Amino acid sequence: MNIMTLKSLRIGIALLGLAIVFTLQACSRATDALVVYSGRTEDLIGPLLQEFSEETGIPVVVRYGQTAEMVATILEEGENTPADVIFAQDVGALGALSNHGRLHKLPVDVLAKVEPRFRSPQGQWIGVSGRARTIVYNTDRVNPDDLPATLDGFCEPEWKGRVGWAPANGSFQAHVTALRLLQGEESTRDWLECMRDNQTRVYAKNTPIVLAVIAGEIDAGLVNHYYLDRMQREQDGTLPAQNHIPTGGTLINAAGVGILDTSARVPHAEALARYLLSESAQTYFAEETLEYPLLQAMPLLGKRTPLEQIPTPDVDLSGLEDLEGTLRLLQDTGVL
Amino acid sequence: MGDLANTYEPAPDHVPSSHHSKRPGSHRLRASAGLVAVLCLLPLVYLLVRTLEIAPAIWPILTRPRTLSVGFNSIMLAATVTMGAVIIGTAMAWLTTRTDLPGRRFWAAVTLLPLVLPSYVGAFALIAALGPNGMLQSLLAPLGVERLPSMYGFPGACLALTLFTYPYVQLCVRASLRGLDPCAEEAARSLGLSAGRAFRKVMLPQLQPAIRAGALLAALYALSDFGAVSLLQFDSFTRAIHVQYTGALDRSAAAVLALMLVALTFIILALEHRTRGQAAYYRGSAGVPRAQRRSRLGPWRWPAAAFCGSIAFLALGIPLLVTGYWLAQGWVAGESLLPNGAIIVNSVTASGMAAVVAVMAALPVVILSVRHPSSRFGRAAEACAYIGHALPGIVVALALVFFSARYLPFFYQTILMLILAYVVLFLPMALGAVRASLLQISPRIEEAARTLGHTPRSALWHVTLPLLRPGLLTGMALVFLTCMKELPATLFLGPTGFHTLATRIWGATEEAFFARAAVPALLLVGVSALSLWIMWWHEEKDKRWSVTP
Repeated sequence: MNIMTLKSLRIGIALLGLAIVFTLQACSRATDALVVYSGRTEDLIGPLLQEFSEETGIPVVVRYGQTAEMVATILEEGENTPADVIFAQDVGALGALSNHGRLHKLPVDVLAKVEPRFRSPQGQWIGVSGRARTIVYNTDRVNPDDLPATLDGFCEPEWKGRVGWAPANGSFQAHVTALRLLQGEESTRDWLECMRDNQTRVYAKNTPIVLAVIAGEIDAGLVNHYYLDRMQREQDGTLPAQNHIPTGGTLINAAGVGILDTSARVPHAEALARYLLSESAQTYFAEETLEYPLLQAMPLLGKRTPLEQIPTPDVDLSGLEDLEGTLRLLQDTGVL
Repeated sequence: MGDLANTYEPAPDHVPSSHHSKRPGSHRLRASAGLVAVLCLLPLVYLLVRTLEIAPAIWPILTRPRTLSVGFNSIMLAATVTMGAVIIGTAMAWLTTRTDLPGRRFWAAVTLLPLVLPSYVGAFALIAALGPNGMLQSLLAPLGVERLPSMYGFPGACLALTLFTYPYVQLCVRASLRGLDPCAEEAARSLGLSAGRAFRKVMLPQLQPAIRAGALLAALYALSDFGAVSLLQFDSFTRAIHVQYTGALDRSAAAVLALMLVALTFIILALEHRTRGQAAYYRGSAGVPRAQRRSRLGPWRWPAAAFCGSIAFLALGIPLLVTGYWLAQGWVAGESLLPNGAIIVNSVTASGMAAVVAVMAALPVVILSVRHPSSRFGRAAEACAYIGHALPGIVVALALVFFSARYLPFFYQTILMLILAYVVLFLPMALGAVRASLLQISPRIEEAARTLGHTPRSALWHVTLPLLRPGLLTGMALVFLTCMKELPATLFLGPTGFHTLATRIWGATEEAFFARAAVPALLLVGVSALSLWIMWWHEEKDKRWSVTP
């Protein structure tokens, strides 16, 4: 047994040596590859980035994680960040980087590809795909005619305890920011308070809400449109749930990209931004990730509500002051 | 029969290796322990840097009613989970090592496996199975049950975390039980104590260091977990920290809250230290420990098996059933389910190396604290080692990003950095297990080796380490299994493009591709089970721990 312990420790030391060799090897390798920090998962955009690489011959390496954590990482890395491009789940995170002066201005031809509401006012980031805030409801338990026309309807006593939301989620917070700008601070506060008093159930994020609606644990929930669509695709459309876009009080939120100010590979990074707004990439978003293409004059694919019919306030959703105001409101009302 | 003094003999605080009579421990020992402590202090330094940036705003954050309420919630959660984990883990360890429980080797392995499930996967599964309209409800629906009582909030979070943390207690106690000299128990029985009373009065006190080590791990896990509490809708401290990071993108406010968590950890450690005492847990006299005897459970054999079965079903069976269901759904929908071999290799190598390094890092700290209990330096080093484990993974990961990207860019985002992060996060697991084991080894044996001409180092290698083997193996197992499921550090600090089973599961569940999460999740359990089995296969070959039937 004496020998066994020594042996396992020696194996460990040998493994460690091996790791050092690997590390040095990785360091000495000249890295020309474009480094993308992605807040969107590999399941969503891995194939797309690979296609970009094949088409342009630009090697790409991707680090996947959560958007807010990617932003925090870049800020902690400071000037030594290896990242060239940040691909964020929501524009609030891009706005934070822009406020810290960490983003590079994008070329005009790229910015012109989307409507003004989907790009940074200073031209520092651009949305590449859109998601609608919708109401997911259980088709066995709710008659679509009974769904309220606006979000205020969920404050009615008949919906008590039957609705779910995710106050800690970035998309929800962007939604509340939009409501504040559309309807005013007081009206949004009233809505949050009456929703809270109506025993709206708090979930961690979108996916658990959709699962809870499917299970019949709640009857409706405030989510992004594509989670249900993806689950339906995995399960051949057999799930007893559907999305509904209310006529008022909703918005289109964008996922987008920005180029880091420290990047030494700006031309390649711009090529990636351009590629993501090409027709083939936009078709990928529409068909594979089931999102809205944002390229202007793209034909609408699939059966979803046209973008024009989803009113979004003409505001900069990436504004950090707005985000802070929303968080303060959510915390004041005890929702978060 | 040796006089195994489990209470009255104070542990000696002298070792021949000491050059300085005033300062205990050799220079080399102190230097190694100091190095480990400095590494573990990095997250704390980072938090102080971020906190001081917003110095005037600290007080309002600390005194916000919400901060206090989530603090209270976290303490309640940690206390309840620790109690549950100690009871289940100790019972399970005793049943599977020292009794004639039917199928004990099977139960020993199966009841430890919940350790490898990422807590958010376990929580997803528990909700799917036991939620108000989950699988259990649909089974009961023919009986007219339309809705089960809600498991959300405190009860659900407690249940989930207890189920994922009792294996820590079980592994620690198991190692201790195996190293226990049965003579004291036999003496107690021969003096007329019943089996139950002998367990309570003689065995339990001897198991204390192991139970304490496991309890600490469970408590810190409950304090720092985010996945389970957020899915189960319990408002804990970690949730407040995450809201600052992800919602407000405010690293400084998050740092203030995280510092409070560190303070809480130090309080827990101080409480633990006060109750430690100076007891010796090794054989006081000469002689060879006799083979251990199994207790006969008699009519309790089957109820005991049912207990193991139901815990295993809740903690492992339900998650496996739910993942199996996801797998079947994906199969039907024609998803590609092929696993990727490189991912398994990545998971196993990174976790394996971290396990070895963590145990090596734990050794100097443990030797200093056990052999020189009066050393303030040793005590401080040990406390530092616990910091990383009490913090949410995201905080530790960001701290290491901060230091390595700025000051060690050469090592940033390499496998070495990742292993370092794992060690900072999970060192306490190795520490607890090795400590409990070292307490069972009499310093006299080392002294004998010294008088026979061994250098301190040679005595360590040829006498102490071989005897420490159960503790070393347990420590490695704990660290290995926990690293296998680790997420934030892997995402932040692993080499770019480095995927593990845990990152695959996370990526898929994050976007609701549950069918794609199923294969890596099942592989995670399978690979971990295999590793446990290989480890124990070695252990069983060892005669010292053979147990007579």
